[in-house]
Amino acid sequence: MSRTDWEVVIGLEVHTQLNTQSKIFSGASIAFGAEPNAQACAVDIALPGVLPVLNKGAVERAIRFGLAVGATIAPKSIFARKNYFYPDLPKGYQISQYELPVVVGGQIPLLVPDGKGGAYEKVVNLTRAHLEEDAGKSLHEDFHGMTGIDLNRAGTPLLEIVSEPEMRSSAEAVAYAKALHALVRWIDICDGNMQEGSFRCDANVSVRPRGQAEFGTRREIKNLNSFRFLQQAIDFEVQWQIDLIEDGGKVQQATVLFDPDSGETRAMRSKEDAHDYRYFPDPDLLPLVIGADWIERVKGELPELPAALSARFQGEYGLSAYDATTLTASRETAQFYLDTVAAAGAANAKTCANWVMGDLAARLNKAELDITASPVSATQLAGLVARIADNTISNAIAKKVFEALWNKEGESADAIIDAHGLKQVTDTGAIEAIIDEVLAANQKSVEEFRAGKEKAFNALVGQCMKASKGKANPAQVNELLKKKLG
Amino acid sequence: MSLSLDEVRHIAKLARLELAEGDLDATQAKLNGIFGLIEEMQAVNTDGVEPMSHPQDLAQRLREDQVAESDRRAAYQSVAPQTEAGLYLVPKVIE
Repeated sequence: MSRTDWEVVIGLEVHTQLNTQSKIFSGASIAFGAEPNAQACAVDIALPGVLPVLNKGAVERAIRFGLAVGATIAPKSIFARKNYFYPDLPKGYQISQYELPVVVGGQIPLLVPDGKGGAYEKVVNLTRAHLEEDAGKSLHEDFHGMTGIDLNRAGTPLLEIVSEPEMRSSAEAVAYAKALHALVRWIDICDGNMQEGSFRCDANVSVRPRGQAEFGTRREIKNLNSFRFLQQAIDFEVQWQIDLIEDGGKVQQATVLFDPDSGETRAMRSKEDAHDYRYFPDPDLLPLVIGADWIERVKGELPELPAALSARFQGEYGLSAYDATTLTASRETAQFYLDTVAAAGAANAKTCANWVMGDLAARLNKAELDITASPVSATQLAGLVARIADNTISNAIAKKVFEALWNKEGESADAIIDAHGLKQVTDTGAIEAIIDEVLAANQKSVEEFRAGKEKAFNALVGQCMKASKGKANPAQVNELLKKKLG
Repeated sequence: MSLSLDEVRHIAKLARLELAEGDLDATQAKLNGIFGLIEEMQAVNTDGVEPMSHPQDLAQRLREDQVAESDRRAAYQSVAPQTEAGLYLVPKVIE
């Protein structure tokens, strides 16, 4: 019997916490880390008689998102009650959107690593994005056999972004989640802090024999709060489903949780009525109407989007798709790069890209610093790039100058080059003098080279560079040395 | 459409209502009465009428995004059955 070739089908639902000041339906603060229940007002704890009043800031962020993904902003959308009983949901229902969401459609372009060092492009279509309120938190530590409830998070505005089931591997799901994460931060609607739960992913996963038109039965993995967990959970779940089906079993639709310690997904204890939410329009809220003028105003305030900027980097600066995507991973990185190129000149754009993504990124990473806190400014980096471009210093020396800039040993690349006498020696006479000395001191290598050992030549170049303390122009050393030995 | 007694039990459970077995028949009759009303309304021709989600034909008013509430936890918790360390305590929800 031939083994079936399985196709993986993944759709993602991402809850992004909107970075407003106040809650979606009340004037309580949403600042993280407050004392339990200090930010839970009468509306949030559902005292009798209270009414929700919709936050304009939350709606505006939904519009920003819709415009950024090329979606339709619904001129009229409806809030609905999603009914279920749980102590951290004091009203007994969550206010969400069901039939008519605020954002319909849209697309997210991705660059997916192919696992072989390259990457391919893909576009994931969005189904919808809707506004809703978050629930509170249940603390199951032992309070005399009781559960503790903190309602600070209750009523925090969320935008739930739902994709079509168009991803075909965990790598695609992660690339999509990362692109979405970058986008919501780029347009400044969400802080993207995954540890604090500002960006949480639910993954709907199923498998089917390749070529089959119908989807297999899916299971939903809840609450994945890191890209690594997203990948691990999907990979485990896919293998679990394939093994089950190949052993003659059938996948049952279920909600599962991922256990990071064991790396396994496990079905939640089935709450039999869990999916009987009995949605209906919330009589406390009128339809949300968004006029064309509001949409136009928000459109005018949107920054240049990462996809557009990435295309510009490729077109104007000749960067590869990979480099352009890396540099537009965050608005801060893109801005740093733009500032560097502005100071170093567009002709040096590629060198600037190499430094921002290479030495600078590595150094920031090691120091656990954000690029906005970089000790080396864009102007300083541009000054360094300019000296490489005009042959004042070699790449090897440039690394030393960069290190000195990082350690604040000088104000600029020029100041450091002067202070340490690092200027590249390009004077032919001076280089020849060095070569003569080296040749005299290394007769053995010279003889080996003459006897046909190519390696001896490299050894001599190395000696010359060493004798010049790295300052001789390597290309010139090569050329002059060849001439002398020739 | 009419509801079975099992459906009445299910709805009561979803609504966290404790219905005595003796009350089931009467509840079923009342709920079926509501369904009868709905069936009557559904017989009305509504072609060309735009559905409304709210009886008032108005748009939602919006609130500026400003923090307008201060911490009144002590007052709210003074009427809660049980609190500890700022938390509301409820019967344990998971074993």
